Amino acid sequence: MSSLDLRNLKINVGGKPIVKDFSLTVPKGEVHALMGPNGSGKSTLAKALAGHEDYEIVGGEAFLNGQNILEMETDEISRAGLFMAFQYPSEIPGVSIANFIRAALTARLAENEELDAAQYYRRLYEKMDLLKIDRKFTARSVNEGFSGGEKKRCEILQMAMLQPQIAIMDETDSGLDIDALRIVSEGVNTMRGPNLGILLITHYQRLLEYIVPDRVHVMWDGRIVRSGGKNLALELEEKGYDWVKEEVAAV
Amino acid sequence: MPATIEKETSSESIAIDRDIGNFKYKEDYSYDAGTGLSEKTVEYISNVKNEEEWVRDFRLKALKIFESKPTPTHWASKDLENIDYSKIRYYLSKGQQPSRTWDEVPDDVKETFERLGIPEQERKFLAGVEAQFDSEAAYSNMKTKLAEEGVIFVGSTEGLKEHPEIFRKFFGKVIPTGDNKFSALNSAVFSGGSFIYVPPGVHVKQPLQAYFRINAENFGQFERTLIIADEGSEVTYMEGCTAPKFETTTLHSAVVELVAMKGARIQYITVQNWSENVFNLVTKRGMAMEDATIKWIDCNIGSRLTMKYPGVILKGRGARGEVLSIALANDGQHQDTGAKMIHAANDTTSNIIAKSISVGTGRSSYRGLVQMPKHLKNCKNNTECDALLINTNSRTDTYPAINVRGDGNSVQHEASVSKVSAEQIFYMQQRGLSEAQAMSLAVNGFVNDLIREFPMEYSVELKRLIDLQMEGSVG
Ligand SMILES: Nc1ncnc2c1ncn2[C@@H]1O[C@H](COP(=O)(O)OP(=O)(O)OP(=O)(O)O)[C@@H](O)[C@H]1O
Ligand SMILES: [Mg+2]
Repeated sequence: MSSLDLRNLKINVGGKPIVKDFSLTVPKGEVHALMGPNGSGKSTLAKALAGHEDYEIVGGEAFLNGQNILEMETDEISRAGLFMAFQYPSEIPGVSIANFIRAALTARLAENEELDAAQYYRRLYEKMDLLKIDRKFTARSVNEGFSGGEKKRCEILQMAMLQPQIAIMDETDSGLDIDALRIVSEGVNTMRGPNLGILLITHYQRLLEYIVPDRVHVMWDGRIVRSGGKNLALELEEKGYDWVKEEVAAV
Repeated sequence: MPATIEKETSSESIAIDRDIGNFKYKEDYSYDAGTGLSEKTVEYISNVKNEEEWVRDFRLKALKIFESKPTPTHWASKDLENIDYSKIRYYLSKGQQPSRTWDEVPDDVKETFERLGIPEQERKFLAGVEAQFDSEAAYSNMKTKLAEEGVIFVGSTEGLKEHPEIFRKFFGKVIPTGDNKFSALNSAVFSGGSFIYVPPGVHVKQPLQAYFRINAENFGQFERTLIIADEGSEVTYMEGCTAPKFETTTLHSAVVELVAMKGARIQYITVQNWSENVFNLVTKRGMAMEDATIKWIDCNIGSRLTMKYPGVILKGRGARGEVLSIALANDGQHQDTGAKMIHAANDTTSNIIAKSISVGTGRSSYRGLVQMPKHLKNCKNNTECDALLINTNSRTDTYPAINVRGDGNSVQHEASVSKVSAEQIFYMQQRGLSEAQAMSLAVNGFVNDLIREFPMEYSVELKRLIDLQMEGSVG
């Protein structure tokens, strides 16, 4: 069964239609890139799928492993296997990364189960090493005072720890320097596999050189206007969005 | 590995009240002063306690002062006007003599404290326990070794009777009867509370604990605590409290006086978890002599209205006073808390860290007073008040009164107000935490650095209470 299945989604923000008729299927094991000009509705789609209450889904359907997520709360959707790496991650003062991730993992356990602390830290350090995050970061408050790139790495660390089935990564590449981009991409690549589907929102071809997508979709004014293989991204880089706009207009 | 591994909180947390304390037993009292307050009430209390003449006079004088003092509406909530003193029961007990063993405690009372986990905590980590049920201590005991060292830990009734020479010397000296309307009320009808004396040089390693339980409806609990740490001694005292949730109001008005002699150290810890029908109007103050330290750790989670401003009079040179407080005001609650530091000698230092959390319609205020007269030298105060707001209609107020004169003295004051935003909650929920868990985590993050200063058992308990409160605040 496909993992993330979106059919004719319509999403309003403050009464205004932003996502207009959006259909997409991301099967497990695949990486789909979603590109599109600023303001085309990519983050809106991501937040709406995560259950943000400001983003009103007024039409269509959304399934995660066959489960209708439009009727679920944000935390239920998360525990059902959807992870979102935020474009702008929030800061949580006073809550250390280690405690935060532990709380998130504990929320996935049955009431009488408990996380094995030693095992937890072993895994945490392993993932931090993979993403080349200094171990000192475990004691730092979530995202507080982090540089842009550190925030993005911390998102991927959480993703690695929570092991979602579908990950929506919203501009994880923005703010990363060249080395960090490579490290984060390698981290994501090690997570790739038959049990993970990724929707990768990005503006840049550069990321897609590291994380090679199975499909590329172009979003414009709330819909997908073009889909293709990885070469579509190259074409976009070369010709810009006007090219897509002209094509859409021509149809 | 790693210095980066965080302090693990023990899973065997020792809870003070696993069931939030919302349960009660049938009332069955041998001594009942009836409803309402008059000289007769005061005399009844004095009679059942078989008190000396001076105590009775002290009480009657206090009653007059209480009656003559107006309700302090100018500095606190209007809600105080809703207390009807004529409808309150001022003394209820099964007897004045506490048992020394749990087996001798009446079954219903024993069961109450067992449900609250008190005997278990006593076995695990306490040096002594006093368990008060309505007006009197039902149980009071301390490790024999401490008794051999000369430590006294009894109820106020017993203290007055058995150790009048020490009791009388300090009683009402740190907090005079007329300090405020509620200290006067307590002075008139006080019953229960602890009397502690630690002889010179004795370090009481494990904490002494008192647990205050209100069981009866329309009841007023007025315990009176006096702790004297003689030269170079050390003691930690912890108090906890609960009451069942009644429709009608309940009044708790305690007076707590601490005296730390030269070089002594007193740490007083409160975890206040009264049910939301309790008016909690408490006066707490300590006097620190030369090089002595008094530290109040004051956590207010429960009650309808709390008004409490623990203070330290820094009387001897080099004395140190500290107030670390956490107040959580949930829907419908008002936590009016703060601290008072009265510098009265050179080289004295005081530190106040107050953190408040307001949720929904909950309201918290900080009221501080720092006094450093002109003639003093080299005195220091540091005050930090931080407020956290959850949901837009919460409010918080800060009223720091800092009265500092003299060039050689220094004061630092910092205040902050922050909010838990919807985006932060969304972020945490996206990681799988429920809304209540997300709020708890945000609150825990806010108080974390302060909680780290608390003894382990209490920090675990406090975190658990915060979780419960947050669960309750999310429909
Ligand atoms: N909470 C909000 N309130 C009002 N308008 C919003 C809100 N969120 C999104 N919008 C509007 O919806 C439109 C789509 O925004 P969105 O953030 O989804 O774009 P995007 O495709 O992610 O753009 P970018 O590439 O710049 O990140 C924009 O016009 C934006 O202003
Ligand atoms: Mg965006």
